[in-house]
Amino acid sequence: MNTSTRIVIPKTVTRGEVIEIKTLIKHPMETGYRRDHRGQVIPRHIVKRFVAIYNGTEVFSADLTQGVAANPYLAFSTVAEGAARSVSNGSTISAIRIRKRSK
Amino acid sequence: MSKRRDEGLTRRQLAGGLVAVSLAPLASGSRAKADDQLSAALESVTGGAAVTEGRVKLEIPSLAENGFSVPLTVSVESPMTAEDHVRAIHILSEKNPVAHVVRFNLTPRSGRAKVSTSIRMADTQRVMAVAEMSDGSFYSGTADIIVTLSACIDGG
Repeated sequence: MNTSTRIVIPKTVTRGEVIEIKTLIKHPMETGYRRDHRGQVIPRHIVKRFVAIYNGTEVFSADLTQGVAANPYLAFSTVAEGAARSVSNGSTISAIRIRKRSK
Repeated sequence: MSKRRDEGLTRRQLAGGLVAVSLAPLASGSRAKADDQLSAALESVTGGAAVTEGRVKLEIPSLAENGFSVPLTVSVESPMTAEDHVRAIHILSEKNPVAHVVRFNLTPRSGRAKVSTSIRMADTQRVMAVAEMSDGSFYSGTADIIVTLSACIDGG
């Protein structure tokens, strides 16, 4: 399954600042309600759980159902502190680093 | 003669009245079912606790041409401190096959109680966002949305 994820975060942040993190998961979010051309039910295939871990601390998570649109978009906030890692559906998808403003 | 016609009209009016009466429960019945789905979902989220309207802002287009992907943003008035923060935000649907569409779990480290996503909409309906606070209280915000092309139908 070709699943990839895009994570968008501000380029520079100051420590303690509330930042918005936007994520986009490439995933069909197959509902399990559709049928193929032979009338067979296409099995449900969805992202059920999304977790954002920040320096080992869970800062945000989401429990999804087939009611979420294909290629799930999730935007949430967190307090900027340091290096961050985002994990989706049990596998590491990206590593992001938050830089401190130089001043 | 004229007396007879009068009688006929009366009978027609009576018949029309009967049709209206017999249709009325059908219409209110489908409305009640949708209300049931929303209230049942709300109760499964709150466990029967009281829900106060307010503090929750649900931004969703009032008209969606495509029910396959409807963007929404929920923000909740909260200081997001360890003592007073939003624990979870739930999105509930009145007419989707799955009433409890998505649950967001927040922590004091979230900094701000604001989340965005895109959901599927099966029909023109009411959408509710419920915020679960750290003290166990619940707040809600609702929005009505008209869906032109619905998701979850055959071939959807």
